[in-house]
Amino acid sequence: MIRRLGIGGVLNWLSALSMMAALYLVFLYAPTEAVMGDVQRIFYFHVSSAWVGFFAFFVTLIGGIAYLRGQNRDWDTVALSSVEIGITFTAMAVITGSIWAKATWNAWWPWQQEPRLVLVSILLLLYLAYLMLRAFLEGEERKARFAAVYGIVAFISVPFTFMSIRWWQGLHPVVFEREGMNLTPKMLATFLFCLATFTILYFTLLLHRVRLGRLEDRLRGLREQLR
Amino acid sequence: MIEIQGLVKSFGHTYALRDVDLKVGEGQFLTIVGPNGAGKTTLLRILATLLKPTSGLVNIDGLHLASRSDEIRRRIGFVSHQSLTYDKLTVEENLRFYGRLYDVVGLEERVDSLLQLVGLRARRHDPARTLSRGMQQRLSIARAIIHQPSLLLLDEPYTGLDQQAAEMLRTLLQTVNEESRTVVMTTHNLQRAVELCDTVAILTSGRIVCEMKNENLDLNRLREIYWTYVGNGVTS
Amino acid sequence: MAFLRKTLAIVWKDVVAELRTREMFSSMLVFALLVIVIFSFSFDLRVENIVQVAPGVLWVTFAFSSTLELSRSLAVEMENGCLDGLFLAPMDRSVIYFGKMLGNLVFISTIEALMLPIFSVVFNLNLIRPLLLLTVFLGTTGFAAVGTLLAAMAVNTRAREVMLPVLVFPIILPVVISAVKVTGGVLDGAAFSEFAHWIQFLVAFDVIFLVVSYMTFDFVVQG
Repeated sequence: MIRRLGIGGVLNWLSALSMMAALYLVFLYAPTEAVMGDVQRIFYFHVSSAWVGFFAFFVTLIGGIAYLRGQNRDWDTVALSSVEIGITFTAMAVITGSIWAKATWNAWWPWQQEPRLVLVSILLLLYLAYLMLRAFLEGEERKARFAAVYGIVAFISVPFTFMSIRWWQGLHPVVFEREGMNLTPKMLATFLFCLATFTILYFTLLLHRVRLGRLEDRLRGLREQLR
Repeated sequence: MIEIQGLVKSFGHTYALRDVDLKVGEGQFLTIVGPNGAGKTTLLRILATLLKPTSGLVNIDGLHLASRSDEIRRRIGFVSHQSLTYDKLTVEENLRFYGRLYDVVGLEERVDSLLQLVGLRARRHDPARTLSRGMQQRLSIARAIIHQPSLLLLDEPYTGLDQQAAEMLRTLLQTVNEESRTVVMTTHNLQRAVELCDTVAILTSGRIVCEMKNENLDLNRLREIYWTYVGNGVTS
Repeated sequence: MAFLRKTLAIVWKDVVAELRTREMFSSMLVFALLVIVIFSFSFDLRVENIVQVAPGVLWVTFAFSSTLELSRSLAVEMENGCLDGLFLAPMDRSVIYFGKMLGNLVFISTIEALMLPIFSVVFNLNLIRPLLLLTVFLGTTGFAAVGTLLAAMAVNTRAREVMLPVLVFPIILPVVISAVKVTGGVLDGAAFSEFAHWIQFLVAFDVIFLVVSYMTFDFVVQG
């Protein structure tokens, strides 16, 4: 059985096992936070989702650049797959972020206090624009080309958007912040493990989605030849 | 003037041109005939540097298409289905604009003589959208030769023209060719093919299947040959 | 030099065409006026908080008017296959980018120049100040730099009028935020040092996106 396990199989198992471990860590191992109580546990999923959301966008950037350089359709498939997965995780990040905000600031959408929530939502809009662009274009080659360019432009705009949102609230731009929440060693371990788990999950989904995309491409090619 | 060897053009999995070989000498007037979808427009657009070949060799005026596109552009003029002129600009302004893009020296005189040549002097201050189809075609040709290219490419220039306009076009093309300019024209109208050029080639399903000198050709003979190749559905 | 001449030829062509019919100009002007009217009623501008909302209203108006102009400007080249005409010319493709971009900058700036006095009257504020004008220029350059590229994409899609705002707005958000902040700072009479960083930010955005757009424009307009 070990021999027949391809990379897809390995990733599947890895994802499943690490997710189960992560769930255990988040709900049972990590101590309850002093100020917020059990609601704080959503933090682990929220940040991990947001991390994947941004990482996926980075992969889309790479895929786009690679496609423009080599015209290899597979890179476009990677970019598109990454967008689909990224959009899912970003949506999760927005939702969990909102719940987190409600618990922390008692408001579902505190503009002033949670710049990162705003940023993640902009990321979601950029993803949606990417998909909409592809949907409204004709021709596979054109879709890939335009999407690649948009991916590059959109990615470059993210740091600008991030900085402008933070400055807007008079906060000094800092990438990582814990907002007065003290992470004990156990919490830190849980947090890092969650990040790793979500990353593994991302790659698992990416692999399967890319494989599916390549099959779709082949199918399309065969259809055209038969016409 | 033009040398094409093994030209292939595919869009994804569809082949518009499969292995085209063609040679056109300087000062020649070649008409390419073929049914719709044969690949005429594609071939012309590749020669005009607007499309890149998938594979094969194309040389224009001794210059390699893939690497010397910019220099080639100076030597070719292209007349397409569409007029490539700006509706809101006047006839004169359109020509001046293109003249500037081509670095034409002595632009004013050139525009003047072109307007004279294509018979649009009287309409020079009128917006391009007020011109009839025949006049737009003539403006298009003026635009295409403003920089005195050595090769003129025309894609189905007779489309939508009435008898009078078509006659004017024919005379104009004859003049242009006589100034030792090579002309390559595509059409699916066999009569037009016969009356003007010196060589006729038949393009069907992405291949040149036949090339003939026009001097031995009349309309009926061409029709016969054409239907032999096209009517039988010669493919691949 | 030929590069500059040809770029200016494209700008000139667009200016001449627009002067003849003034279609785009009048529709943008009407649109901008409508936006002010709607905002007036929504916010009830005849109140003390006018200085608070003025920057926002101003820049929302400019942003929306810009997308209108960008869309029209690229659509012109799609008519009659004129884009092919530009490709046939022996010149770098970037001439097309800079030519359209400068043209867009000119047109949008002209409308803004008309809107500023009108806004000044409606808000009862003096908006014609050098620092403000600089910000308007920098902000508009940002819109034009990336907007020209995105409009070239949008114009090829099935829903071009909707597509452009969807593509553009998330990207130019930093420009709008910066511009609003500086405008607000100027109107509040704040010290320059308090909002100088926003101006630097705008310049950085403009430069980076001019470069990125110019480099990727080729991929968007080719065949």
